[in-house]
Amino acid sequence: MTTTVATGKPTRPRQRRGDVIFASSTRLAGLVILLALAGVALFLTVEGLPALSAPASKMGGESSLAAYIGPLLFGTLLAAVIALLVATPLALGVALVISHFAPRRLAKPIGYVVDLLAAVPSVVYGLWGIAYLGPRLAPVFSWLEAHLGFLPFFAGPASSTGRTILTAGLVLAIMALPIITAITREIFGQTPKLHQEAALALGATRWEMIRLAVLPYAKSGIVSAVMLGLGRALGETMAIAMVLSASRVVTFNLISSVNPSTIAANIANEFPEATGLGVNVLIASGLVLFVITFAVNFAARAIVARSEKEQTR
Amino acid sequence: MTTMLKQGEASQETAADRSTHVTLSRPRLPRWAPLLVAVLAGCASAILALALGWGLVAWAVLAVALYGVALPVWSRLVENPRAAKDRLVTTLVWVAFSLALLPLFSLVWTVVKNGAPALSAEFFTYSMRNVVGEGGGIYHAILGTLLVTLAAAVISVPIGLMSAIYLVEYGGGRMARTVTFLVDVMTGIPSIVAGLFAYALFVLFFGEGVRMGIGGAVALSLLMIPVVVRSSEEMLKLVPHELREASYALGVPKWRTIVKVVLPTAMAGLITGIMLAVARVAGETAPLLIIAGSTDSVNLNLFGERMMTLPVFIYYSYMQPGVPPEFGQERAWGAALVLIAIVMALNLLARAVGRLFSPKSDR
Repeated sequence: MTTTVATGKPTRPRQRRGDVIFASSTRLAGLVILLALAGVALFLTVEGLPALSAPASKMGGESSLAAYIGPLLFGTLLAAVIALLVATPLALGVALVISHFAPRRLAKPIGYVVDLLAAVPSVVYGLWGIAYLGPRLAPVFSWLEAHLGFLPFFAGPASSTGRTILTAGLVLAIMALPIITAITREIFGQTPKLHQEAALALGATRWEMIRLAVLPYAKSGIVSAVMLGLGRALGETMAIAMVLSASRVVTFNLISSVNPSTIAANIANEFPEATGLGVNVLIASGLVLFVITFAVNFAARAIVARSEKEQTR
Repeated sequence: MTTMLKQGEASQETAADRSTHVTLSRPRLPRWAPLLVAVLAGCASAILALALGWGLVAWAVLAVALYGVALPVWSRLVENPRAAKDRLVTTLVWVAFSLALLPLFSLVWTVVKNGAPALSAEFFTYSMRNVVGEGGGIYHAILGTLLVTLAAAVISVPIGLMSAIYLVEYGGGRMARTVTFLVDVMTGIPSIVAGLFAYALFVLFFGEGVRMGIGGAVALSLLMIPVVVRSSEEMLKLVPHELREASYALGVPKWRTIVKVVLPTAMAGLITGIMLAVARVAGETAPLLIIAGSTDSVNLNLFGERMMTLPVFIYYSYMQPGVPPEFGQERAWGAALVLIAIVMALNLLARAVGRLFSPKSDR
């Protein structure tokens, strides 16, 4: 029975059952990720909405949700800005050392040590910040108050424990540094060798070569790396919750013992004891944090994606 | 050789030529110039520091400042302004680098110094149940961390790995692009938001004030999945296409090709990525603070009651140490040392696995 039957239809490759099952299960996994992200937004909104009708007693005496979250948002941004102002130059320095300044043999271990910096748990940073860094910064703060007290940032009175927003910002800077370094050093390393060698051949010094060839190439990468560091600094919880002695105020005074709190630290401090609508208020503030960090990360990734597209062209 | 040539040419040059002669080489500082300046700056500031009774920090700051001024000035006098600038920037970059690494060493040193005295057999084998003041340990916290992290890995490894396979082997469409982008964005979700998400999810089923270990695992897996996806994706992309095509040519179905050829080839890298992801979430505190809660007793049931974990233990032991505070704080340092050791060990192990078992072709 070996007659060939002309079916008239073009023969499609047979879809094996195993292939169908496997392919759809991998697709399902991808779908789960999308659902999880949508779920974060959805559940936070569902649990955050009741906070709109929360009484003042659940919101630290504030009359509206916005008045409650506002100062926290200010503190979050202030701490993140301090962190980035400190971390960005240092991170660029470290990245340059790894990509261009250190001897090739040393560069790899150095990069590895910086990666370890990223692996230290945030609660340990908090512990170090409150027990080691804070007390050592306290005399610096009183010096700043005495000599630079005319600036609003250092108006004082200086905190004696060192648990200030400036200390918290410095700890945040240390935590954001490995992220910024990791991305920028990758991009510095990707700079076309020909550009660099051309610059050197024209007699440029090493710094001129970096300024002419490396930095322009890495510009968008640096911007997005800083924004990713910003995302990390905005959302960091434990280090701030431990280091800062916070009291929901709006002030630019960086060294006094009265400091603005941040959204994340406020949640960590208040949540374990919160009940009823208080929980919903905290979740609503968490939703605000989520939206902000999502926007920052979204923008950063969009910049990366755009520059990648330009480079492949 | 070149010097002989130069001499030979020079002897042939007339006096008139020499007056318009343009030198191609510029004077340069000797190779040991930075070292010399560093030593001199160190000595000078040491003399000043001794004379004025300053500490070690002031000495270091002054020495670096002296070096940063002296070397460019010397270079400007001998070489040219551009070279001076180059030397200045080199100094600045290295200063930034050491400033950045200083905290790491300080941190490790502080934790080891304060944590080591707390370590004892009792510390590892006792919980904090009915312990007031001295004694007690982190047995319950270690078990909690192990269970929660393990559960998180059980949830996120299949999802993350399968998504990575989808992106690499079946991707290309609009959905794959969306997933890739959102995974990138997801890596930036604040950990506390992940905890709030788990709480908001569980509160729908279990009512207000829910605290359970599995909630912590869900929160952690939200943080872990993007890391697993990213690293697995990179590893799967490294598998050469020839291997897949050879397998297809033998008539092997695509799914068997992936399971039997692609995954084993990438296995070392996959394991490394997963271990690094585990190391990352093992130290997460905020989500566990919210959804896993804190307790003094051993709890091995992920699906009921509060569960202590190491990071949360550190937080509460230091912030609410009890009376007298020394014992609680000492336990906090001890637990921090243990946590750092676990995380670092996972990191080192992951790299070792990656190095030992990676296919030889890509090196």
